Amino acid sequence: MFKFSMRWPVAAAAGAVLALGTAGAIAQQQVAATDPAAAKSAEIVIQSFHFLPPTLTVAAGTAVTWSNHDEEPHNVVSPERAFRSKAIDGGESFTFVFDKPGTYKYICAVHPHMQGTVIVQ
Amino acid sequence: MDTQKPDNAGTSRRGLLKCMAWAGTGIVWTVAGGVPRGLGLGEALAAPADGFTFVQISDSHIGFNKEANPDTNATFQAALDRITKLPKQPAMVLHTGDVTHLSKAEEFDTAAGILKAVKQDIHYVPGEHDVIGDDGKQFFERFAPKQKTGGWYSFDQGGVHFVGMVNVLTFETAKAGGFGAEQLEWLEKDLKGRTASTPIVLFTHVPMWPIYPEWGWATEDAPQAISYLKRFGSVTVLNGHIHQVVQKVEGNVSYQTALSTAFPQPAAGQGPAPGPMKVPGDKLRSVLGIRQIDIAPPKVAAVTDVTLA
Repeated sequence: MFKFSMRWPVAAAAGAVLALGTAGAIAQQQVAATDPAAAKSAEIVIQSFHFLPPTLTVAAGTAVTWSNHDEEPHNVVSPERAFRSKAIDGGESFTFVFDKPGTYKYICAVHPHMQGTVIVQ
Repeated sequence: MDTQKPDNAGTSRRGLLKCMAWAGTGIVWTVAGGVPRGLGLGEALAAPADGFTFVQISDSHIGFNKEANPDTNATFQAALDRITKLPKQPAMVLHTGDVTHLSKAEEFDTAAGILKAVKQDIHYVPGEHDVIGDDGKQFFERFAPKQKTGGWYSFDQGGVHFVGMVNVLTFETAKAGGFGAEQLEWLEKDLKGRTASTPIVLFTHVPMWPIYPEWGWATEDAPQAISYLKRFGSVTVLNGHIHQVVQKVEGNVSYQTALSTAFPQPAAGQGPAPGPMKVPGDKLRSVLGIRQIDIAPPKVAAVTDVTLA
């Protein structure tokens, strides 16, 4: 989860190191942290073997968190492997930052009848 | 008939719980508490002179610790103890998957530690809980290091051809269990040239007949696998996944799902979703168990589900 949720700012900072040097990287990181787009977040609740809402529409750059309210573990996987979580046990969550616009269908690979969609605009 | 209800009439709690005989295939199926018991034909075939016995364990879900069973290590250990106490020691053991609950390294470590109690060879196939997030990398490294890519395999023992197949790696596209074209091609070749009198035991995690596809209790491309098996005189398909005993016989093919050693699940369609089913604490071990299979070539003679009660 840490790796995924931090990916965007880390990537931005790394890019900045190459272009601007260390001081620039710090500045870029600060900008990223206060950028309204980067601060966007949304939640999908996993309950009774359903993703709620089944279809979620967000702006690019939104951190989407799946929170598992079941006792049974689930995970989230896009068949194209745009993202894939490890097991999300009951009470745990997983966050992925959607940078690129598109329609991302996903399932729970443990219970493949559970299906959802994230639309990134 | 796909399901049977327990019939406790005239038996003690530790006694015989269910019995169903299949005259057509000669298979006697029993569920017993404590020690395995047969009836009639079952008793006659339970200890064939030239046969052997093996055990199926399934769905140990090491790492699960919620209300339905806070101590899955203890019940798994109890299941393995039951194996060592069987009157006739099995030649080997099959684990039909969901060894762990969350595919975590520490869960695999714990399971491997507990499994050291078994002195016999154990042959594994993964469940979907063993392959979460890494396509089974950890599972195969630990429990099938010598198998080729894909994890399926076969071997011969006591005149029986055993086939271990993997049907939990296509969930993302099949929306249910599935083998995939490469594995099916391998199966066809593996069976080719074997005489029809060779008993076949195929073991894989998800049931190979559509018990309840709405909950993923089905294997999408199983019909193709079955088409390769139909010419054999005795085919026994052993599955796990649904944590309850359900049986079906179709021609020479007998399908059997096994009890879990961790927790029961609801019957198909009973309730909103599959998952751990809570039972009173003192009843838990009566719905968990192991399975003994007796072989009397050229066929599987008896399947006995032994609860942990």
